[in-house]
Amino acid sequence: MTLREIKELLDAEVLIGEDQLDMEVKTAFVADLMSDVLAFATADSLLITGLTNPQVVRTADVLDIAAVMMGRGKRPSPETFQLAEELNIPILTTKYILFEIAGRLYSKGIKGCIEKVDSK
Amino acid sequence: MDKPLYEGSFAVVGGSFDNAGEVSSNIKSILKQIGLPNSVVRRASLVAYESEINIVSYARKGMIRLHVVPNIVMIEAIDEGQGIPDVDLAMQPGWSTATDKIREMGFGAGMGLCNIKSFSDIFQISSEVGKGTYLKMIIKTNGSA
Repeated sequence: MTLREIKELLDAEVLIGEDQLDMEVKTAFVADLMSDVLAFATADSLLITGLTNPQVVRTADVLDIAAVMMGRGKRPSPETFQLAEELNIPILTTKYILFEIAGRLYSKGIKGCIEKVDSK
Repeated sequence: MDKPLYEGSFAVVGGSFDNAGEVSSNIKSILKQIGLPNSVVRRASLVAYESEINIVSYARKGMIRLHVVPNIVMIEAIDEGQGIPDVDLAMQPGWSTATDKIREMGFGAGMGLCNIKSFSDIFQISSEVGKGTYLKMIIKTNGSA
């Protein structure tokens, strides 16, 4: 799906990255714990989160995440907004809760970055 | 040892939560510029970032050193701070002494050191209570630099 299709599906608002909406996304990861994002999320994925601080953008940058989708109507803090602009990382926000975001995207063919963790 | 492709160190200030990650973004740009493969850049930035978060979260001050030679990326995180009384315990997934502030950032769930270890090819840690902690992380580039 393109970011534009994702935006329409989730009735989302594009806060940063209006010029990147043609980007194709195939996988996604949902978490509020950035250490788990670092451990499991893969490059070019959509990061779905309820966290709004600059660490979300730093984490996205480190992992080459395609875009950040903030759920439950959350919006980035001013510092987060500024950093995302600087690093050119798209941020979208939607009123849907994280479960709904994931479900709707999955039904359209978006898959998780990984299906499950390795058992150790 | 081979002539370094890059050598430098970056200061990290304890408690500067708003800037946490700046050094790692910097390191990422440097590694990209050198022309290392994305997978190497990603792992190196990731271990640098978790180390930086640790220094910001737990130490007074510290630095991250980056050393790149044709076959390896070496990252050292050296801090002056409280140190870790029981390193084995600290390495256990889920073990954490994080404050609310750290958790608000999306960290502090006891995953940092585990992540660092699992994304490094070689990982060393030593710590002295009341003095500080030293981490050394090596990522092999298989001559791709």
